[in-house]
Amino acid sequence: MIGVESPAVRGPRWTAARRRTAGLVRTYGPAAILVIAGIALWEGLIRLLDVPDYLWPAPSVIVQSMADDADVLRSATWVTLKEVLLGFAIAIVAGLLVGVILHVSPTIRRAVYPILIGSQSIPTVVLAPVLVLVMGFNIGPKLAIIALFTFFPIVVNTVDGLGAVDRDYVRMMLTLDASRWGIFRRVEFPAALPLIFSGVRIGATYAAIGAVFGEWAGSDAGLGYEMLQAQGRLDTPQVFSAVILVTLIAVVLFAVVSVIERLTIPWARAGSTAGGASME
Amino acid sequence: MDGRSTSEVQIRGVRQRFGELLAIDTTDFTVAAHERLAIVGPSGCGKSTLLFAIAGLIKPSEGSIEIGDSQTPRERLRRCALMPQKDLLFPWRSALDNAALALENRGIRRQEARRRARPLFERFGLGEFEDRSPAELSGGMRQRVAFLRTLMAEKDVLLLDEPFAALDSITRGQMQEWLLGALDAEPRTVVLVTHDVDEALVLSHRVVVFSARPGRIVLTLKTGFAHDVPRREIVTSPAFARLKEEALEALE
Repeated sequence: MIGVESPAVRGPRWTAARRRTAGLVRTYGPAAILVIAGIALWEGLIRLLDVPDYLWPAPSVIVQSMADDADVLRSATWVTLKEVLLGFAIAIVAGLLVGVILHVSPTIRRAVYPILIGSQSIPTVVLAPVLVLVMGFNIGPKLAIIALFTFFPIVVNTVDGLGAVDRDYVRMMLTLDASRWGIFRRVEFPAALPLIFSGVRIGATYAAIGAVFGEWAGSDAGLGYEMLQAQGRLDTPQVFSAVILVTLIAVVLFAVVSVIERLTIPWARAGSTAGGASME
Repeated sequence: MDGRSTSEVQIRGVRQRFGELLAIDTTDFTVAAHERLAIVGPSGCGKSTLLFAIAGLIKPSEGSIEIGDSQTPRERLRRCALMPQKDLLFPWRSALDNAALALENRGIRRQEARRRARPLFERFGLGEFEDRSPAELSGGMRQRVAFLRTLMAEKDVLLLDEPFAALDSITRGQMQEWLLGALDAEPRTVVLVTHDVDEALVLSHRVVVFSARPGRIVLTLKTGFAHDVPRREIVTSPAFARLKEEALEALE
């Protein structure tokens, strides 16, 4: 897909493995360089201007703080990760289910879709304390917040993906004796998978933030909880540590979803339509 | 084919409207069992619409369509298989799994469906391509797989909607010869829609020429060239040239 001027022209000594490494460098290299340069600049500026740690800690201080509080952070990460995974799983199941129902029944779609879109203007964060009151001081409200954060892109993309199937495919399948279920199973659902996966990927980026908001509304453990505690102590390095770990959860979740996507729908990358010759 | 009623297609007094627009004006014709009829006409003359109506995918505004004694759209749908212009192969299925679609739709398990479809690949010059993904096949190969998928439906009536229009002219010529061979081996009642006069003359026993919208029959030609003669000799023969001249004149 990227660049026609592949390293293949450099002769047979370029083995497949080396070519793959070169590809990785080309794909992730720029981002890595930017991140490293950013960290270096950050460290330099803080030291140069002699900014106190409680205002804005240098990366080296954050790393030191992480190492010092490793036990606390580890258990907090584990708590938040559990919330994220469970809440996200609920959102995926619910999102797919609701998406399919909205697709199958135009009447329900007309009734529910506008409300669903309208519901997105409700600030979910404000709901968090209410959910704690209703559901209690447990994992429940956190899961609900995460699910509310991530549910929407999954539903919308599922509905759009299922509805975007070319009528020609459906006509052809009808003359091949397909039932409604057969068309769903063999045409609509697989055809919708690329869009569904991008909905899930967008959801993955929200899930960790959802967990933090959920914990802020009421909790006694987790990265969001540790953030609040550290803030109270003016322990800004630890706030940063927690933020970094939350970001890490989001990035890893996103990466895992992307890998699952590649394994599940390899055909989607090869240019699904039109007779494009493949590379392999 | 089997004990069922004949696969003759009868079209009587069919008109098709879309709102104010008259797409097809009163049309009557009959396609005998195992006959190959080609419909030629300019773009937008309702050719594809007519195929959809025969297949029972849409209901004509007026008139009746019968396939043997099947009259309702639902009954007709069970007796027709449609091959569209685009190959419409599913990229998530291998060539073999695409060809076996109709069997799976009928509730046959995937393994069994694959086992039954496999011999056709060998027979129709697609051996070794079974497990390729559609993206790995050339345009011509993809159309062959699309045709096998249509054949596997085991329908009496094949409706071919400009099946080779997307191919270059050399590949198209090869595909026409291939299709003739395949249809000689597996005779079906065929209604072929095309805007390529050569293709209509080569592939069919009879050609009907449609006018521009509203579409109606302006000329019927008997063709039926011998199939043991190479396509090249057919399309360069004087008889072919005369028929082509007539058809082109009617299309003007």
